[in-house]
Amino acid sequence: MMALRERAIVSLRSVPSLPRHVRMQYDPVRQGFAVLSPEKVFWPNDISLDILRRCDGRSSVSHIIAGLAADYDAEQEAVAADVIAFLQEWSDKLLVKL
Amino acid sequence: MSEPLLPPIGMLAELTHRCPLQCPYCSNPLELLKANRELDTQTWLDLFSQAADLGVLQVHLSGGEPTLRRDLEQLIAGLSARGVYTNLITAGINIAEGRIEAFAEAGLDHLQLSFQGARPATTDRIGNHSGSHEKKLETARRGRAAGLPLTINAPIHRHNIEEVPEFIDLALSLDAERLEIANVQYAGWALANRNALMPERAAVERQAEIVAAAQERLAGIINIDFVPPDYFAVYPKPCMGGWARDAFMVTPDGTVLPCHAAQTIPSLRFERFGERSLAEIWTNSPAFNAYRGTEWMQEPCRSCERREIDWGGCRCQAMAIAGDAAATDPVCIKSPIHARMAMLIDETRRASADSAADEPFIYRRIGAVTELA
Repeated sequence: MMALRERAIVSLRSVPSLPRHVRMQYDPVRQGFAVLSPEKVFWPNDISLDILRRCDGRSSVSHIIAGLAADYDAEQEAVAADVIAFLQEWSDKLLVKL
Repeated sequence: MSEPLLPPIGMLAELTHRCPLQCPYCSNPLELLKANRELDTQTWLDLFSQAADLGVLQVHLSGGEPTLRRDLEQLIAGLSARGVYTNLITAGINIAEGRIEAFAEAGLDHLQLSFQGARPATTDRIGNHSGSHEKKLETARRGRAAGLPLTINAPIHRHNIEEVPEFIDLALSLDAERLEIANVQYAGWALANRNALMPERAAVERQAEIVAAAQERLAGIINIDFVPPDYFAVYPKPCMGGWARDAFMVTPDGTVLPCHAAQTIPSLRFERFGERSLAEIWTNSPAFNAYRGTEWMQEPCRSCERREIDWGGCRCQAMAIAGDAAATDPVCIKSPIHARMAMLIDETRRASADSAADEPFIYRRIGAVTELA
């Protein structure tokens, strides 16, 4: 028997990516970005999409927060709380890998 | 129409009715189609291409046993080329060496593997196929080795409801990222076998507690999707998310249906792909429009605040139990004949108490219904 996975907890050093069973793509019929997973299709809002696009398996959470804060001209602290909560929620649903 | 017609998101493709297993709750119709009625490769590819044009984002490749189609790799590749998310729903036995890897290579996104039991003896007995459990374990390992994400599907009934904790352990041990604990829906073969399959009320309640606790304990480790048995429920399932609302299915001969059991509604006539395009069928088929939206509803659905949550429940269950496909699903506590659900549960308990042994299964196989009649 293999070692069981553990629940991942987001930290500033986490490097998030989309797991193999999750795909984000543009849907020309509905003219929006869809996130496809085994049974469900999600339609994230613009801010969620901006976070997900940065989950490229290379950028750390602190790097993602800094980038978003710059783009949205917002306080890093406020952005950090939102980004960490979002990533934890998506990680708990196994839609984001940390 | 209460809302504008939207494009479909999901499609279930029943590529074949052939299957090495004989599960007595199969969702295929009692009258199974033989291999000579199946669509050929090019027709499936044309259908998939039209589905992608229409807006379908996910295709579930199912059956019967879809891996019995020798062209499955080609079909996956065709869908993948159109960016459609592909989910292979398989019993996972007798899949030739190298094929799972070939499916992955062709672009398969996800593998969904059924287990009839968490114990080998249960799996082998329910599917009526000796040695099947061991083969399924092997398929799961091969799938994970090929890099495919895995869902374990566990159809639940009275003969395996006590194995729910073991199903959870099994899914974890196979490195699945998702487990479906899906109580069987009493349509098709399951309706014919209802007395043999109906669980006890106490077992249903225990199951719900076990699953809820596991969902909380295993958050972020495995996704557990729970489909409770609707005979015991207060409100019906929003069957298919609403009739012809965002999904449809296609049978092995290309008949396009709003759901698995739709052909049990005698007043409806369904169309085959090829006679008309998929877009025409989705938009204009009288059968698809029959129960779309909320206009068709009778009371108590018509004025119910849940009408766009439940969508009236299951049309086929309304047909089977109320004798009227436009009636409120009798599962709903507001249905005038809701009490019949409890009577049906009690009836199965009496049936099993009357005989020393459990009611025997009518196993799913071609011709079994003519034997019945």
